[in-house]
Amino acid sequence: MKPAVFNYIRPESVEETLQLLSDYGDDAKILSGGQSLIPVLNMRLSTPKYLIDIGRLEGLNYIREEGDHLSVGALVKHKDIESSPLVKELCPILGEAIRWVGTTQIRNRGTIGGSIAHGDPSAELPCVLAALRGEIVVASLEGEDVLSPEEFFLTYMLTSMQPDQVIKEIRFPIMSKKSAFSFVEVARTHGDFALAEAAVILETDETETVIKAQIAVGGVNPTPTVLEEVEDHIMGKKLTDELLTEVRRMTEGNVDPESDLHGTAEYRRELVGVLVQRALKTAGERVKKGAGRHE
Amino acid sequence: MNKRIVALTINGVDVQRKVASRMLLTDFIRDELKLTGTNVGCEHGVCGACTILLNGESVRSCLMLAVQADGYEIETVESLQNDNGTLNTLQQSFKDCHGLQCGFCTPGFLMTVTSFLKENEDPTEEEIREAISGNLCRCTGYANIVKSVQRTVQSQRTSKSLTEPVCHTDHKQNETVQIS
Repeated sequence: MKPAVFNYIRPESVEETLQLLSDYGDDAKILSGGQSLIPVLNMRLSTPKYLIDIGRLEGLNYIREEGDHLSVGALVKHKDIESSPLVKELCPILGEAIRWVGTTQIRNRGTIGGSIAHGDPSAELPCVLAALRGEIVVASLEGEDVLSPEEFFLTYMLTSMQPDQVIKEIRFPIMSKKSAFSFVEVARTHGDFALAEAAVILETDETETVIKAQIAVGGVNPTPTVLEEVEDHIMGKKLTDELLTEVRRMTEGNVDPESDLHGTAEYRRELVGVLVQRALKTAGERVKKGAGRHE
Repeated sequence: MNKRIVALTINGVDVQRKVASRMLLTDFIRDELKLTGTNVGCEHGVCGACTILLNGESVRSCLMLAVQADGYEIETVESLQNDNGTLNTLQQSFKDCHGLQCGFCTPGFLMTVTSFLKENEDPTEEEIREAISGNLCRCTGYANIVKSVQRTVQSQRTSKSLTEPVCHTDHKQNETVQIS
């Protein structure tokens, strides 16, 4: 399994990258860390004429606090998110979820932009981004667009990005100090693709009544899915066992997984219900302790 | 644009080759540099047999193009042995604890663990298991690999003092059937 022949280009700037994309369009593919793209090239599922390697571009490698969100440059590697004090402080669910991304070797090379651009519905970062209502900044010569996950992820491995666009930045809303979170996943082995995963951010008042809930699941629909119905349902209520059971049923009704070698649709549906239930319970316990943010 | 010059440092030696842009780093290491210790397994980032160190960090060399490694420092399994050609502590522990059988996955494990132990000098068993989760072994069932790592940690801690091995495998009994 070797990649087919391509022309390799290593642009020196974002502007040059955008010009190349504008010139070559559909014939070009962006390479950054390569942890998703190289397997695809090796298997020849993709045979681009031009491979534009932006892996070394300066200016797309930063983690910054900007207003109400954390701005993460597209070329930030998973390992850098994992070890970032800023992420731990302002968006800890990201730090928790990132440990589920592949293995150490993958996280040492893989970039956040690459993970988002790949559009794998079982990937962890899109799920977290959806739960948090984050944004994706894409750029072309025409200018920049800021997209919601809903606008960005279209279906399995397909995003709304045009051939002349590249991801510049991912924006993760800063989490409230009063909120707690939980990210849970089941995969065949650690580092494998998720069979199902759930991300939960939760806030309750002093009477333990839910005043904010953000819930998304992955691996069970063609795109990461925000469970708005569940979020609305638990607002203003206490997280009792009865409510959590309702949440499980409701979650099962909101997903339409497919069967594959690793799990049937029925199994995934049941699993994701349990995971949401479990994540909510964990987040509920953490928020009660008032130490949810740092576990 | 189909061919490019790749200049990098491998195991402390500067090398330069003109290769096809599509050449994978694994093939560059094996076929161009003739360092065949790094093995090619799945070629899509699942098995970990091709793990090398890139600027000290473990990466999969099958998920990189050689041109992407231009300018980097690479270490492969060939770099591990002691200066006098004997096995280093990690390698010796794998041998003593039977952390390998067929040996195909071993170079990958050795490189993964080398970088892991630099960051975590006293890991728990759980941490070891997580660290090696990106490397597949179809012979050992991992138990002896975990023991090998634990043995290395202990050897490094008691530094050079010749204590009894902590691994439970009776390696002396098996010595006669070892090929190497």
